[in-house]
Amino acid sequence: MSPIVQIRDLKVEARTDSGRRVAIIKGVSLDVAEGEVMAFIGESGSGKTTVAMTLLGYARPGCWIAGGEVRVDGVDMAALPEKERARIRGTKVAYVPQSAAAAFNPAIPIMEQVIEVTRIHRLMPPEEARRKAVELFRALSLPDPDHIGDRYPHQVSGGQLQRLAAAMALIGDPKVVVFDEPTTALDVTTQVEVLRAFKTVTRKHRIACVYVSHDLAVVAQIADRITVLKGGEIQECGTTTDILERPQHPYTRQLLDAFRPAPHARAVLTDDAPLLHVNGLSVGYGPPGANGKPLVLAVESVSLTVRQGTNVGIIGESGSGKSTLARAIAGILPACGGDILFDGRELWDSARKRSRDQLRQLQIVFQHADTALNPAKSIEQILGRPLTFYHGLRGKARDARIDSLLDMVHLPRALRHRRPGELSGGQKQRVNVARALAAEPKLILCDEITSALDTVVAAAVVDLLKELQRELGLSYVFISHDLSVIEAICDEIIVMHRGRMVEAITPSARQQPKHPYTRLLFSSVPKLDPTWLDGLDPQSERMQAASGG
Amino acid sequence: MTTRPASVPLASRLGYRINPVGLVAFSVILFWAVVALFADSLAPHPVGEIIDNDFFGPMRAGLWLGSDYLGRDMLSRILLGARYTVGISLAAVTIACFSGVVLGMTAAVVGGTLDTVMSRLFDALNSIPSKLFGLMVVAAVGSSIPVLILTLSVIYTPGAFRFSRALAVNIDTMDFMMVARIRGERLPYLIGAEILPNIVGPVLADLGLRFVFIVLLLSGLSFLGLGVQPPYADWGALVRENIGGLAFAAPAVIVPSIAIATLTISINLLIDNLPQKVRDRSVSP
Repeated sequence: MSPIVQIRDLKVEARTDSGRRVAIIKGVSLDVAEGEVMAFIGESGSGKTTVAMTLLGYARPGCWIAGGEVRVDGVDMAALPEKERARIRGTKVAYVPQSAAAAFNPAIPIMEQVIEVTRIHRLMPPEEARRKAVELFRALSLPDPDHIGDRYPHQVSGGQLQRLAAAMALIGDPKVVVFDEPTTALDVTTQVEVLRAFKTVTRKHRIACVYVSHDLAVVAQIADRITVLKGGEIQECGTTTDILERPQHPYTRQLLDAFRPAPHARAVLTDDAPLLHVNGLSVGYGPPGANGKPLVLAVESVSLTVRQGTNVGIIGESGSGKSTLARAIAGILPACGGDILFDGRELWDSARKRSRDQLRQLQIVFQHADTALNPAKSIEQILGRPLTFYHGLRGKARDARIDSLLDMVHLPRALRHRRPGELSGGQKQRVNVARALAAEPKLILCDEITSALDTVVAAAVVDLLKELQRELGLSYVFISHDLSVIEAICDEIIVMHRGRMVEAITPSARQQPKHPYTRLLFSSVPKLDPTWLDGLDPQSERMQAASGG
Repeated sequence: MTTRPASVPLASRLGYRINPVGLVAFSVILFWAVVALFADSLAPHPVGEIIDNDFFGPMRAGLWLGSDYLGRDMLSRILLGARYTVGISLAAVTIACFSGVVLGMTAAVVGGTLDTVMSRLFDALNSIPSKLFGLMVVAAVGSSIPVLILTLSVIYTPGAFRFSRALAVNIDTMDFMMVARIRGERLPYLIGAEILPNIVGPVLADLGLRFVFIVLLLSGLSFLGLGVQPPYADWGALVRENIGGLAFAAPAVIVPSIAIATLTISINLLIDNLPQKVRDRSVSP
């Protein structure tokens, strides 16, 4: 039997704004058999999404399929006119987007959007489509499958919405489904549930899947075969066990190495006075109630100590209050209780009241370099401002310092004239770090700085931070939901859950966490072992831990 | 999107891509600016001199744009009118947009009570019909050019305020604003260096639109006899005083209207087609 997807010598080109033509995909050929799960893996910009989207006959605006053929169930999507393609999309090939939250229309109930495909293609009467959708909801183990469709997108959680997006893709009984990084935006505990649901449904209906991801561990759970892409070319293609156990290509090895970070050499603890001491800090949102506390408490009496030259990691799922804690320390969000001692002196709760020197010594690096760097300014201006502001540097002295900062974060000096929009995600995050370094701080709060980056780049950024620490004697407070990143850099780990500090552990003792939530969190981190997901017991301890908190 | 774009736009050697439409619009604006500056030496006749025996005369040699309702040369009157229309509108739009945008960004960045007070104040100002407001001011203090400029800017400041505030509120939520704040930056830097570069495009488009509104309101005020006083006249006043020529198909009515149209349309075309920096510089030197 011939494979359901046949890609032969596919080429995709784009045109830059100066009229230059650039080859994005340079001759890719591959097959996907019926019922097979093929994963595309590679760093951002490797062309993995572009190849996957050609299965739907789609190329982003400004790009076009320049050559080769993409046969889906015998039909060449590259050669078809747009009208014919539209008829195939949703019925033979379907798509699950990266961010379901952005893919749903917030003004229309979920059910109407899920069955839209059947209406457009006139596949079945609406009542039948609704029944089928409910069956899919049940198969995807969504709660309350009979009524969840009546809700609006903002009334369900991110993980549920991602499964609903899958239901939307599956309702037209497609033979091939393209998953575009569907779990990247989810935290680990949710990701496990979503992956499990995807795997069960696609296996049951023998649907061929193309699964785009940069997370090797996730891919290991779900894929039969893995294709590694880099620079628009296939680097390696093989079965999941082959790729994981006998990687051939250097890039594949790099990916695997990035997943096994070198353990952090513990700093020698000195008896110096602590650099940062947070004592019983509570932070909340909303107007103060009768008891003087805010309406919603996001952080409740958390205490932590950071010594000079050591790192503290804060881990927890989204909504656990870890970012709020960082914002309170930075003085963005005034605390409603407790106090913060920095370098032996008490800090005001609001940044506006702190001295310029205190602001300089305590820097924060935000998660999204896209929004943390002003898109209208050049890298030179972005890095130059703290130099002028804190150190009064101008002209040549400032230029020289910008160069040395760029060297420090391993960026080419020529980048200084570019704007953030012209840099890759990893480069932007380095600029983000360089700006914090420009202030010459003693402590840097890193708020999820690696979660928007792919594995290889994230590992490089963590290595950079370690290197800078050795050279400059910095301390970090490292906030993340990614345990492997935290383990790679931190001397102490604080586990947060629902605004409270659940447990404080050292990385060496992570095998024996005491609190059930910590156990759930640690067991949810995907392993490279392909049997890991199937081996997890969905009902017992995990669920109780999640509900019991 | 698999069809290839038909033509390859040529990247300029300057590193900027210049749109032909923008170039044409720029030439028209340059033309009117030159006319406004040198109208005295360009105009063939003094503005008040009656040179034609007939009124609403047709176009002919020596009277290239015909004559008006008193037999004055239309060409001279339009050339001299450019000074008032272009000058007053430009001054008014500059004042209105500058104060509106600065106050709008300030309201967005500072927030709280100041934002509420300013927003309500400008809302109240916005609720007064613009022609009525102009009528009132002119009736109270009389018509002169400074009064006209100030009145027009006060009328159009609330719109610029609302517009820039709405844009700045979105920028204000970005992390880089937070970074600048906890760096300890003060208000002038926050609005001038962090917010303005991000909203300058829409603000310019708004400025073009507001310029057109001001030209039209000035013309309207002049049409009512409240604008520039005779024997001088801006283009709006020229339309009004010659409106009687409509029945005679006189060029004296249509020509000032065309002048208004060319200026306002060109301003908007230029702002929509400003030269764009070519971001892909790997081919250009």
